[in-house]
Amino acid sequence: MKLVTAVIKPFKLDAVRDALAEAGVSGITVSEVKGFGRQKGHTELYRGAEYVVDFLPKTMLQIAVDDSQVDAVLEAIGTAAQSGKIGDGKIFVANLEQAIRIRTGETGAEAI
Amino acid sequence: MENQIFQLQYAIDTFYFLVCGALVMWMAAGFAMLEAGLVRSKNTTEILTKNVALFAIACTMYLVSGYAIMYDGGWLLNGIEAFSMDEVLAASAENGFEGDSVYSGASDFFFQVVFVATAMSIVSGAVAERMKLWSFLVFAVVLTGFIYPMEGAWTWGGAEVFGLYNLGDLGFSDFAGSGIVHMAGAAAALAGVLLLGARKGKYGPNGEIYAIPGANLPLATLGTFILWMGWFGFNGGSVLKLGDAANAHSVAMVFLNTNAAAAGGAVAALITGRILFGKADLTMLLNGALAGLVAITAEPSTPTALQATLFGALGGILVVFSIITLDKLKIDDPVGAISVHGVVGLLGLLLVPVTNDGSSFSGQLIGAATIFGWVFATSFAVWFALKLITGIRVTEEEEQQGVDLAECGMEAYPEFMSK
Repeated sequence: MKLVTAVIKPFKLDAVRDALAEAGVSGITVSEVKGFGRQKGHTELYRGAEYVVDFLPKTMLQIAVDDSQVDAVLEAIGTAAQSGKIGDGKIFVANLEQAIRIRTGETGAEAI
Repeated sequence: MENQIFQLQYAIDTFYFLVCGALVMWMAAGFAMLEAGLVRSKNTTEILTKNVALFAIACTMYLVSGYAIMYDGGWLLNGIEAFSMDEVLAASAENGFEGDSVYSGASDFFFQVVFVATAMSIVSGAVAERMKLWSFLVFAVVLTGFIYPMEGAWTWGGAEVFGLYNLGDLGFSDFAGSGIVHMAGAAAALAGVLLLGARKGKYGPNGEIYAIPGANLPLATLGTFILWMGWFGFNGGSVLKLGDAANAHSVAMVFLNTNAAAAGGAVAALITGRILFGKADLTMLLNGALAGLVAITAEPSTPTALQATLFGALGGILVVFSIITLDKLKIDDPVGAISVHGVVGLLGLLLVPVTNDGSSFSGQLIGAATIFGWVFATSFAVWFALKLITGIRVTEEEEQQGVDLAECGMEAYPEFMSK
């Protein structure tokens, strides 16, 4: 099993969600985060004083995925979250040791 | 001794105008909070900036030219500071206790100017989250300095419409401005919204309507209650006089009816929303209270308390259906301004003949058509010109990022600061 983490532009969330549903993914966890990669921040102005805000609002998704589904999921996110402009985000894939469905106690692939 | 009573009458009527004007000014805070609560957090600073700036622009432009156009006063309020004790005493002796008002001209301007600001602030909610701030402010200059004063002159000012007809003679009556202020503001808003287009992501390709929830419902609620309270000045002050028994009683009836209509509108909208959506919709409840207020504004003195409540309730029911319908027509109005002030403003005008024999349905319709036609056409022309010259809509990227950053460079709810 793998844990796929994706940081995307907030307004792409609906498109990514739809694409994941089509890829057969049944659950995701979403959080509002701030961050930057190569995308520069912006300058804000407060009562005459300028300050730089490096951190930009992003949306982070975490999806537990069966090994067989990983490629489809990466493809779905990669396509749906793309705008072509800087700041589109990144996707990370990590090994997932264990997953448990709390309600039933199922583990492993049945829990995803 | 007699002279002292005349002076007191002048003082009371002047004071009344000033206090009511201050209450209507307080409505500007109401609009600002209501709108700030119903837009997304990334667009909050900009809408607050719009609200404060338009109020200041309205006050200035009405001072420069608006009052002169509407009431044949002096340009730049020339002469408003004049005061003659002899004239005051003579006028009070002749008219002060016969129903005419005798008061300071300065207080009359003060009372009138806050109405202009109210009309202009109706536009800011409808065009929220996607209009360029400075284009909006340029429009504000024209609406408050020229467009509104012209239709105000034809109605409260008593002038003929381009020399063709006189609305008062035709039986048109609009006590505190359901048509003159509210429907007019909505007409300007509608013209802008049609040229502006809907927010990105609001409507889908197959007729879907997506919710874009407001960021701060406590502020929206506070704004509504502030507007409710300020409205006592809006309608109450429009009696134009306090200083004799008959008028004092009339003022009391106006306050009573204004409150009753708001209550009726609120309850009716709450129930209508519950029936249609299955839940209690706070935003519909808030819009319903305001709709009730708009509905009674054209005639708050002649209805009975029960009639006022029912008129308000009609407004509350109508506003819910209007909001839904506008969305179906893909007219995106983030705060429901066009529905509350325009659709219900028209209702308010048409309810007048029900309790006021001095007006007629035909007079109301002609007046409504005149006001709407003039304001919509001229506003459309100004918005169109602005669209051609500087553009009226922010770029797609600015809209995504939020107009707070694009136009103001300042977040309303800055979080994640490292200090």
